[in-house]
Amino acid sequence: MHIIVVGLSHKTAPVEVREKLAVPESRLDEALARLRSYAGIKEGFLLSTCNRVEVYAVVEQIEEGHARVHEFFSDTHLALSSEQLTPHLYGYTGDRAIGHLFRVAASLDSMIVGEPQILGQLKDAFEVALNHKASGVVLNKLVRKAISVAKRVRTETKIAETAVSVSYAAVELAKKIFSNLSEKTVLLVGAGEMAKLAAQHLVDQGVRKVSITTRDAASAVDLARRFSANSIPFEHFRHEMAEADIVICSTGAARYLIGVEDVEQAVRRRMNRPIFLIDISVPRNIDPAVKDIDNAFLFDIDDLETRVEQNLEERRREAVKAEQMVDEEVEQILHWLKSLEVTPTIVALRHRAEEIKQAEIGKALARLPNLSAQERSVVEGLASGIVNKLLHGSLVTLKAESTSGGGAMFIEAARRFFGLEDPAAAGRPGDTSSATAIDEPDQAESGATRESPEQHPAGKRQT
Amino acid sequence: MTAIFFMVTIALYLGGTAFSSAYLSRRDDTLAKIALGVTGVGFLMHTVALLARVGEAGPESLVSFHDALSFFAWALVLVFLWVDVRHHLHVMGSFLLPLALLSLIWAAVLPKNTTAPMLKTVWVHVTLSMLGTVGFAVAFAAGLMYVIQDGLLKSKQFNVLYSKLPPLDFLDHLNQLAIVTGFPLLTLGIIAGALSAEVARGAYLNWNPEQVWALVTWAFYCVVLLGRITVGWRAKRAAYLTIIGFGGVVLTLIGVVMKGHGAAL
Repeated sequence: MHIIVVGLSHKTAPVEVREKLAVPESRLDEALARLRSYAGIKEGFLLSTCNRVEVYAVVEQIEEGHARVHEFFSDTHLALSSEQLTPHLYGYTGDRAIGHLFRVAASLDSMIVGEPQILGQLKDAFEVALNHKASGVVLNKLVRKAISVAKRVRTETKIAETAVSVSYAAVELAKKIFSNLSEKTVLLVGAGEMAKLAAQHLVDQGVRKVSITTRDAASAVDLARRFSANSIPFEHFRHEMAEADIVICSTGAARYLIGVEDVEQAVRRRMNRPIFLIDISVPRNIDPAVKDIDNAFLFDIDDLETRVEQNLEERRREAVKAEQMVDEEVEQILHWLKSLEVTPTIVALRHRAEEIKQAEIGKALARLPNLSAQERSVVEGLASGIVNKLLHGSLVTLKAESTSGGGAMFIEAARRFFGLEDPAAAGRPGDTSSATAIDEPDQAESGATRESPEQHPAGKRQT
Repeated sequence: MTAIFFMVTIALYLGGTAFSSAYLSRRDDTLAKIALGVTGVGFLMHTVALLARVGEAGPESLVSFHDALSFFAWALVLVFLWVDVRHHLHVMGSFLLPLALLSLIWAAVLPKNTTAPMLKTVWVHVTLSMLGTVGFAVAFAAGLMYVIQDGLLKSKQFNVLYSKLPPLDFLDHLNQLAIVTGFPLLTLGIIAGALSAEVARGAYLNWNPEQVWALVTWAFYCVVLLGRITVGWRAKRAAYLTIIGFGGVVLTLIGVVMKGHGAAL
C-alpha cells in the first residue's frame, strides 16, 4: 500500500492547461467514480481549484499507481493529449506525497502564500470524496491531519496575519491609528473600485457610519444604498471632512481635490483628533504636503503597496517556520501509518483467537462433566497449544513485515483471513468516517486576510 | 533580610527590563513573556521587602526618599503587570520597567532612614504624591509611545516597533486616563503635605525651591488637563506636554534629593 499524488499547479502549468484539466464541481462525482474504477487504486481523492488539480491515491504498486492516475487524467480530459499533459504533471510518493498534501492545505504552495481559501476548498473536496466513499481509512486520516496541520500553521505562525491587498493594507493602517473602528466615520470621495473595496473592508471590520460623495450625484446615491451610507453633495464634502475619521479618496480628477488648508481646517475643527487620509487615485487627489500636518496621516497608493510587499516578505519568513511544522507532522503521521495498523490488528487477532478458544473449551467441558481438575487442565492446555502455535507464525510475520514497505498488505490480508473488523473504525472514536468532523466553523477565513481579486499580482484568484 | 529581598528585586527588575527591551526588536512574544514572569517574581519579592519594612518601622516611618522611590517603583510595576496581564500590552513593559528599575536603584543608594524630625502623618503625603507621580509616569510612557508611533506612521517606517506599538488613539486615551488619575492624587498629596507642614512649622508653604517646583508641576498638569478638555490639546501635543511634565517631576525630585533633605517633604 502506497500513498501517491499526481497533479499540476500554478507552479508547473499555465492557466491554459489548468483550465482544461479542472474538474467542475458538477462532474466531481463522475470523476471520482472513474478514478476508483482503475485497477490498483484503493482510495482516491480529487482536489480541483483554478490553481491546482491533484489526485491523491492509495495504490498497491507505486509505478503502476502513477501510471493509472496519468491515464485517469488523459482519459478524463480528452481535450489534452498525454504528450501535452505529462510535462506539467508532478508526482510524489509516500512521505513526500503526504508532505505535499500538508503544504497545500497550509497554503504554503499557494500563489499567495497564506491565503485562506485553499483550506475551504480542500474541505469541500474531501466531503465529496467521503460522500462517495472514494477515500478510505488512510486518505481520511491524512486529509483530516492536513486540515489540522493547516490550522496549526495558521495559529502558530503569522503567515495569515498581515494584509496582502492594497485595500486591506488601508484597513491595517487604520487599525494602527484607531483602536475601535466601530465608532469611526468613513468618508468616501469618488467611487473607484479599490476605494469601494477598502470601504467594504472597513465596514466588515465594524465601521458603522459611511458617507459618500461623488461628482456624479446619481452614483453617490447608488453607492450610499450599498453601504447604507448618506450621500453628500460634492461641493460640500470638504466641510464634512471634519466629521470623518477616515477619508478614502479615489476619483478620476487630474488635480488635488483636497489641499493643505482643507485638512488643516478639518484637524482644527476635530480638536486635533487624528484623521486618516488614503489617496488611492492616480494622479493623486490629495496634496502630498498634507502629510506634514500634525495629526493628519496621509497614505498614497505607493505607501499601501510598499506595505503589501513588506507583508508578503513577512509571510515568506513565516512560511519557513511552517515548513518545519509540516516536516514534524509528516514524521508523526508516518509513524502512525506504520505502527497503528499492526498493533490493533495483533490485538484483535489475539482477542478473536481467545474468544474462539474459550467458546470451544466451554462446549467441550459441558459435554464432559466428570473430568478431574488435571484432565480439565489438559483439555484447556490442548486448546491453548493449538491456538498459540497457529497464531505464532502469523504474529511474527505481521510484526516483522509491519515496518517494511508492504506491511499494510500483510495486515490487510491478516484481517481478511481472520475476519477481523477494521481497526480504524473500531478503535478510535475520533476518527470516524462521517463527514461532519470536517465541518468546524472557521473564523479566520473571513478575517484578517480576506482576499480580493485586485491584490493578486498576476490577477488570478484561487477559485 | 529586607536588604536581601531588596537586592533580589533589583536583580529581577533588571532582568525584566533587559528582556522587555530586547523584546522590542524581536518578532515573537517569547521575550515579553519571560519579562512578565521575571518581573512578576520580582514584584512578589518587592512586596515582601516593603511589608517587612513597614513591619519593622511602621507606615509612618515611610517618609525617606528611599522608601518613597521604592514605593513608586512598586506601584509602577503593579501598573505594568495589570496592563500586561489584562490587556496583553507587552510593549508597556519596555517603557515602564526601566523607570521602575532606575527608581529602585536610586532608592538603593539613598539612606533608609531620615534624620530630620518628622510628623507621623507625613507618609500620607508621600504615598499620595508618589501615586500621583505613577500616573504621570504612565502618561509619560504613553506619550513617548505616541510620539514614536506618530513618527513611524508619518515616516512610513513599518518596522517591528511599529507592529508592537498600540493604536494612536489608545495611547492618547491612556495618556488622558493616567493624568486624570494622577492629578487628583498629586493634589491630595500636596494638600496633605501642606497640612503636615503647617502643623510642623506653622506655615502651609515656606516657598522653598522644592515646594515651588511641586506647585509649578501641579499647575502644569492642571493646564494640560484643562487644555485637553477645552481647546483640544490631545494627541501629539498632549504627548509632548506629558513628556515635558514628567521631566519636570524628575528634575524636582533630583533637586530635592541632591539638597540632601533625606525626607520627602
